Amino acid sequence: MVAAMAVNAGFAGRVYPPTPPYAVGREKIREFAEAVGAQDIVHSDQGQARARGYRDVIAPPTFAVLIAQKCDWQFIVDPEAGIDFSRLVHGEQRFVHHRPITAGDEIVGVLTVDSVKMVGGNAMVTTRSELSTIEGEAVCTATSTVVIRAGE
Amino acid sequence: MTNAVLSVSDVEVGQSLPSRTVHINRATLVQYTGASLDRNPIHWDERFARSVGLPDVIAHGMFTMGAAVNVVSDWVGDAGRVVEYGTRFTKPVVVPYEIGADVEVTGVVTALDTQARRATVALTATCGTDKVLGRAVAVIVLD
Repeated sequence: MVAAMAVNAGFAGRVYPPTPPYAVGREKIREFAEAVGAQDIVHSDQGQARARGYRDVIAPPTFAVLIAQKCDWQFIVDPEAGIDFSRLVHGEQRFVHHRPITAGDEIVGVLTVDSVKMVGGNAMVTTRSELSTIEGEAVCTATSTVVIRAGE
Repeated sequence: MTNAVLSVSDVEVGQSLPSRTVHINRATLVQYTGASLDRNPIHWDERFARSVGLPDVIAHGMFTMGAAVNVVSDWVGDAGRVVEYGTRFTKPVVVPYEIGADVEVTGVVTALDTQARRATVALTATCGTDKVLGRAVAVIVLD
């Protein structure tokens, strides 16, 4: 075992248990939309959201990170993974929405560590969070790549 | 219907989306810190940021990603039509106290699938001479 090893490479393929349900609230959607400057009223006006065919107000495209990061956190703080959080940099993020996240949803996430690659002493870890409602409807697939820089 | 969502016939490959400048200051970052629960002090505490070798506080990559896609949502006419969105974080957006930072966001249609009613938009986000997002791509569903 090299002392500067940034992450346990044996974690590729690991699947974590489902996260506790995340209750998607109207006011949280509004707050997040304001914070990213998303002005579409579908994030704040229920009547408009319903007129467009949604059950309630819907979240902006990157809102899913709130739930995905709860999934990722399980891996990042896993003592067996051995990650030094202070060396972690977000490299890449992707969302595939199966349908918009909607106020009233209760969403659980299942995290899979898709790959762990060592590149010049740095570790590149790709994780995938499959987000679905507690009723089992697929909502979003969030994929994240982080780089954990090697120690000096 | 009061909102107008773009139809397949409104869109063609090579079409440019209306661009926009996103101004970022400390208030922007504190607001996003609160909303996103990403409370890493590199985004709001310049002493901390400098102590880990950064020139100043930097914007959350996820803030820039979230703000950039508004160009697409507003153009298509409904944020719920953005069905895929991904990017790389290529350079940090440094946000000095006095002047903040401006991120220029542009978009161009790179593919159109008339059968599936889907369009692909490539976004660019630049701060000064730095490309801050790499391979930023959104897929939208049209009417």
